[in-house]
Amino acid sequence: MKDLSGWGRYPRVSGPLNAAFDIRPAAEATAALPGVIARGLGRSYGDAAIGRNNTLDATGLNRMKGFDPDTGLLTTEAGVSLADIIATFLPRGYFPCCVPGTRFVTVGGMIASDVHGKNQHNHGTFGDHVEWLMLALPDDRVVRCSRDENAELFTATIGGMGLTGTILSAGFRLKQVETGWIRQNTHVARNLSEAVALLRQTASATYTVAWIDVLARGASLGRSLVLEGEHARKDQLPWGDVPFPHARNGRIGVPTDMPSWMLNATTVKAFNELYYRNGARKADRTVLVPWDAYFFPLDGVANWNRIYGRRGFVQHQCVIPDAKAESVVSEILERISSHGAGSFLAVLKRLASGSGLMSFPMEGLTLALDIPLSDKLMPLLAEIDALVVEAGGRMYLAKDATQSSETFVAGYPQLDQFRRLRNEIGATGQMASKLSERLGI
Amino acid sequence: MSDTDQEPSQKSLLLVGGTSDIGRAVAAAYAAMGWKITLAARDVESAERNAADIRTRTGAHEVAVRPLDILDAARFETFLDRLDALPDTVVCVVGMLGDQQRAQEDAEYATQVMRTNFEGPALLLEMVAARFAARGRGLIVGVSSVAGDRGRASNYVYGAGKAGFSAYLSGLRNRLAGTDVQVVTVKPGFVRTSMTAGMDLAGPLTAEPDAVAERIAGLQTRPADVIYVLRVWRLIMFIIRSIPETIFKKLKL
Repeated sequence: MKDLSGWGRYPRVSGPLNAAFDIRPAAEATAALPGVIARGLGRSYGDAAIGRNNTLDATGLNRMKGFDPDTGLLTTEAGVSLADIIATFLPRGYFPCCVPGTRFVTVGGMIASDVHGKNQHNHGTFGDHVEWLMLALPDDRVVRCSRDENAELFTATIGGMGLTGTILSAGFRLKQVETGWIRQNTHVARNLSEAVALLRQTASATYTVAWIDVLARGASLGRSLVLEGEHARKDQLPWGDVPFPHARNGRIGVPTDMPSWMLNATTVKAFNELYYRNGARKADRTVLVPWDAYFFPLDGVANWNRIYGRRGFVQHQCVIPDAKAESVVSEILERISSHGAGSFLAVLKRLASGSGLMSFPMEGLTLALDIPLSDKLMPLLAEIDALVVEAGGRMYLAKDATQSSETFVAGYPQLDQFRRLRNEIGATGQMASKLSERLGI
Repeated sequence: MSDTDQEPSQKSLLLVGGTSDIGRAVAAAYAAMGWKITLAARDVESAERNAADIRTRTGAHEVAVRPLDILDAARFETFLDRLDALPDTVVCVVGMLGDQQRAQEDAEYATQVMRTNFEGPALLLEMVAARFAARGRGLIVGVSSVAGDRGRASNYVYGAGKAGFSAYLSGLRNRLAGTDVQVVTVKPGFVRTSMTAGMDLAGPLTAEPDAVAERIAGLQTRPADVIYVLRVWRLIMFIIRSIPETIFKKLKL
């Protein structure tokens, strides 16, 4: 028995953890263990990677299988981490087509959550760059899925939260880059309307995202820094700069749980104020930022989830369709800021629709916030979720720990098709996580 | 990964135990230095999985897999004869932790654990040493274990095998001292691998396979005799060896 939780450390569940170190044993475990879900590096925030009865640790599937430098097609087992991929291929001039906010995730996890990055509005999710995958089904078969082969299963597995079977390996594309540096432009938005407008204006940039000061209120509600980024070419680096800088590995860390009083309205407000001012000073200049600091700023702080104290935190990420996006985001921010204990890094971003049956992205705005767990949090989240449902939006399952099954059902119209497919392949009840149990998938 | 890998001066590594996690890491480290790699293993398919991984990571193409059963000493000569060339370095990471309880009850199983950890590797490296001595140079690295430093109730069948292997390496080193054939004993301590999966390993005492590999690859420029991968293990094992037997036998270790 092992204590299992997601990155938010809520909920925490004790359960058996079985490890697989090769493809065949992983496939066999998928069929043999009832109520099982595969787990990678445990970076989903809530209960997605905790099995209902059994959890299958897939990080032993960590072998790379092949790479074609001409097409950028990389084949790996599902437990290979994004950190490993970047460390291996960036020095050779390749970078993944899509990266989420941490590099401590596995290929299988990225496919199952159909993760998105700061370029999703132009270049799609991770799943959009997957050519094929090998899937272990509950009846002990292993099938190859692609857009041409077992296409429905392929679409259901991308964003399917591991509930169609265990992803064993996959082929996906990397893109060529000349350097590991990002040319970043910062724009200051004094309020939410300006932020939304800036995100639209910068939509042609490869990467664009807004960081919001959640605690700003009144006329400054939604004040943001909009960060635009492009891969730097070699000739854009100052002479003498290393073209492919190494990752700076967690040089600072949070050694233990911070006492929860450390994180209160005053300290968070001070942090947000500093971050905003610091960013504003760099406004409208192009600065060169190394890849890790640009894409994975929090990876530099080991165990940053301990900042939120022993009780843990939830990350709340919703997407709101364009029609009501601005007004609903504004309403959510109002409620969060009057709630007080807001989040260090809240993020606002434009999304385009995703391609998986259960993919999170849809045309609209997505807002992601961390909120430390407290007694008055659940009613607040329920209120916010109601706003999301009313606007026709949905919640990101990789982050979710709290939504109701009603909220979930309302947000995922292709759920019936997903459930039917799960029935057909015998996955219902067999492939099951605490998340699928909570939401009745 | 330079394109000059193919020049005749390219060095070669024979890695015995090509399915192990430490073996994979060692082979990858040598491939990254431009070496030609041969992985020897009984389970060829599983070793091929590691070979593909190393080729993909390093862009090196010269990673070969050869079948070798460490318990089949009769075939060692043929195995060595059939290698493309006598390697510059041989690293043996073969080991079998086994299940102590089962080894106590099942003599055949205990025999397998002891032979895998001691007899097979020792006999193979003896033949390698002879060929290296005839050539006049070579590096032999044997991965043994801190478990061989003193027998303990929890794993003495494995520990005894490793103790035998450590003693063998020590003797070989002594015999070849003064020649250009070096013999190195590596004692990794706890390593996070599939062999130790599920065990509660103390973080500060546990090395990653890559750290072990780095030390072994480093032997090309920094010669050594006996290496504890994490230095703290040298101290721990010094203390453990120093405890008088009258006390030691009563400890739960």
